[in-house]
Amino acid sequence: MSTSAVLRRTALYESHKRLGGKIVDFHGWELPVQFESIIKEHEATRHRCGLFDVSHMGQVFVTGPGALAFLQKVNANDIARIGPGKAIYSHLPNQAGGVVDDVIVSCLAKDRYLVVVNAATADKDFAWFSRHAKGFDVVLENKSDYFGMIAVQGPKAAEIAAMIAPQMAALPRFGALELELYGQKSFIARTGYTGEDGFEFIVPNEIVVRVWEDLLAQGRSLGAVPCGLGARDVLRLEAGYLLYGQDLDDDISTYEANYGWVVKLDKGDFIGKDALKKQKEGGIKRKLTGIKLLERGVPRAGAPVMIDGKEAGKLCSATFSPSLQAGIGTGYLDRPDLAPGTKCNVTLHGRELPAEIVKTPFYVSPNLKKGA
Amino acid sequence: MLDPKKLKYMKSHEWLDLQGDAGTVGISDHAQKEITDVVFIEPPKVGRKVVQGEACCVVESVKAAFDIYAPVSGEIVAVNADAVKDPALVNAEAFGKGWLFKLKAGAPAEASKLMDHAAYDEFLKAEAAHGSR
Repeated sequence: MSTSAVLRRTALYESHKRLGGKIVDFHGWELPVQFESIIKEHEATRHRCGLFDVSHMGQVFVTGPGALAFLQKVNANDIARIGPGKAIYSHLPNQAGGVVDDVIVSCLAKDRYLVVVNAATADKDFAWFSRHAKGFDVVLENKSDYFGMIAVQGPKAAEIAAMIAPQMAALPRFGALELELYGQKSFIARTGYTGEDGFEFIVPNEIVVRVWEDLLAQGRSLGAVPCGLGARDVLRLEAGYLLYGQDLDDDISTYEANYGWVVKLDKGDFIGKDALKKQKEGGIKRKLTGIKLLERGVPRAGAPVMIDGKEAGKLCSATFSPSLQAGIGTGYLDRPDLAPGTKCNVTLHGRELPAEIVKTPFYVSPNLKKGA
Repeated sequence: MLDPKKLKYMKSHEWLDLQGDAGTVGISDHAQKEITDVVFIEPPKVGRKVVQGEACCVVESVKAAFDIYAPVSGEIVAVNADAVKDPALVNAEAFGKGWLFKLKAGAPAEASKLMDHAAYDEFLKAEAAHGSR
């Protein structure tokens, strides 16, 4: 545990303080966990719009004639499926089938890609890429310190994003665009981590405050509010998204994480393919499983999940879900065969609370169903 | 709503309204602001005997669980069913509709160990100064 390391601040730190953000240490970054209230910020994002500072996330550019071949080697998903202007979610497997990181890869041009990586893993990923880039005609650039990142999420996100970047209205889901904002080369993708329609603005640090303040000023009339990591965590868990380092790591495979759709075994060779193929054929011993409490209560990470009086695993992510008005969580259970509706118990404060196995995502936004 | 100036306080931010041996317990407005978004209350069982300083109730926000301690010894005689059903009452009115439980104090004199409003105010100021390093 790093307790002595100097905490890093995003370019928006002073803005957060001014807006009353409650600052916490998140993987070495000083970021707001909430502004006014997690519940209110969650509600705003589900029904209107939430703005999130995600500048701690990293950006790695892969450029050159060998860019696609290299990305195919390090990704489990089939990067050939996206052409210029599109983005795709993927996992970076290691040789054993564990996950180095989960990422979003955007194709900017035939020979130019942007990989958005997690904050705590940015350096690890770059070292991993560098190690495996030998023999490929590519240039790797870690621009994580140069760019800030803002997520604009919610049913009003398109309207608000279009106020400062009119092209956004026409951008399809998982579309990615390179454009100039305030004279600076920037990138926007119609992606997010909340289960709502939304955009992620990747802009140079020198204009990130301006972009944030403009989005907020323009968005206020449509009900947009600044949101912290607390709301972000609740939103992403409801939407069934993984949090790397908590739900996923080097020793957990994509299949175990119940994200098998990411792995494209038919796309040709890639790191970890043999191990993943073996898992697909031979089955897995544990699987990330969703549970929902049947009584009022708030499950917490680390809480044991009991099935037939025996511990089947512990929760790795858990919270009170405002959308479901119930406690929800996910954990690796050593019973990958469990059907939704199976009864279980979750141990909280020494008491066993009744719960049941449920399908993930816990919540599917009606705004997304409309085909945004 | 109760007058916060007439209540007694613990360092762990519970308030106590004591009339003879009849006590009502809640958390202070400062505490509800710190916790924000109370989403769950696990109240003590009516009839349970508690000693001063004993954890007997849990208040939970989205992010964390907070133990609530008995300000004085006694027997739990009521819990706030409205607040259990709608925990946001604690945020809306910490000194009123958001009360947590009532107890019959076994030794009301124990309340003299608690802070009065002025002392609690000073305590909060000292905590804030310490917290903002």
